[in-house]
Amino acid sequence: MATDVLPALTARVRSAAHPAAAPCVCAEPGAVLADRADGTVVRHGDVVAKAHAPGTDAAQLALRMAAADHPALDGVLLAPLHPDAAALHDRLVTLWPHGSPLAPDTDPERAPWEDAAALLARLHRVDTSRLPFPLPLMRGPVKAARALARLRAAGPHPGAAPVLRAWAVLPAWARDEAPMPSPWRLCHGDLHLGQLVRSPAGTGPWRLIDVDDLGLGAAAWDLARPAAWFAAGVVGPAEWARFLAAYRAAGGPAVPAGGDPWPALDVPARALSVQIAALAIAKASAACRGLDEVEEAMIDACARMAEVPVVAQEPVRPTGAMTRAVPKEGETGAAK
Amino acid sequence: MQCPKCHAPMNTYNRNGVQIEQCSGCRGIFLDYGELEALTRVEAQWAQPAPPPQAYPAAPAPAWGHHGGGHGHYGHQRHRGLGHLLFSS
Repeated sequence: MATDVLPALTARVRSAAHPAAAPCVCAEPGAVLADRADGTVVRHGDVVAKAHAPGTDAAQLALRMAAADHPALDGVLLAPLHPDAAALHDRLVTLWPHGSPLAPDTDPERAPWEDAAALLARLHRVDTSRLPFPLPLMRGPVKAARALARLRAAGPHPGAAPVLRAWAVLPAWARDEAPMPSPWRLCHGDLHLGQLVRSPAGTGPWRLIDVDDLGLGAAAWDLARPAAWFAAGVVGPAEWARFLAAYRAAGGPAVPAGGDPWPALDVPARALSVQIAALAIAKASAACRGLDEVEEAMIDACARMAEVPVVAQEPVRPTGAMTRAVPKEGETGAAK
Repeated sequence: MQCPKCHAPMNTYNRNGVQIEQCSGCRGIFLDYGELEALTRVEAQWAQPAPPPQAYPAAPAPAWGHHGGGHGHYGHQRHRGLGHLLFSS
């Protein structure tokens, strides 16, 4: 289903790279960077075109694009080539400068943990009350709930029970059944190491990409995937310590400046562990394959959660300036 | 056994796992070969705190976290590249 848009997207990115209909003399004319249900991404020369997932909310994507294009986010989010999304068949397409991602064979020790953390801290510190447009809600809990729906639809699996138990004890907000706790800050919503690129490619500074889940919400959610990796033993204590220290050094507000960060991280890290484990089972079931070592580790983490009560989450800082958020997808009503 | 000094009978006591003989007459103590060193060693262990169990300063972790004692999966991950760390999975 996601491949339907590929030929048209390839033509779109080619024409964007050669606007005057000049003949293409690119050394690397084109490449499909991703072709998944959550988006198709094609590169031609220095231009990258993304066809967003079918059903993407156009109004919300426009606000997320406006954020990526705004000077307040300069140096944090990769800025688009054009601030507007264009329709292509039934998909929304956005254009971006090419940036170079981390190579898959990178040693985790050499991953830019500090850069990722500092970018998140800067994102979370953006004064959203000064942006001349409202922001949608960060979609982290929506994505977690969707992962659980996929797990339930995947049919019986021996690993499913501990994941479902861990999900059941999460507070309602982490299951997308209640508003996220305040204070709300500008969040990426889906951070992992594939969301970093160097721009300009190769030598430029690191930037965050992928605005599809960007919005207002609980900033600790953006730290939750690395935290879940660490808690599962997938990422080592040294890498986690580097990430956390850099986030704190950059004034990141999601955790206290010192002491134990886990009261703030417990619920989001549990939610991300459950999300990762749920998707792993759903994908393994669909492909009729077993789970790999990392996937097993995430399910083991879910199993251990059953014995430990959820830490009551308290705001790290008092609520700051009220920020405006537009209603969630499918909801109506005035922005508040 | 009799005391080599006053020839009174000696009683055996166990002190911190070390067998020592004490004279019931003059209260003198007889130590077998190596027993003085054994007592010294035991005394030193009492005085020193136990060494830390791991090399890393224990970073705070959730109670449900990985307690594999030693290396977690990241030890293997290191040789495999970034793998799962690059995707939304």
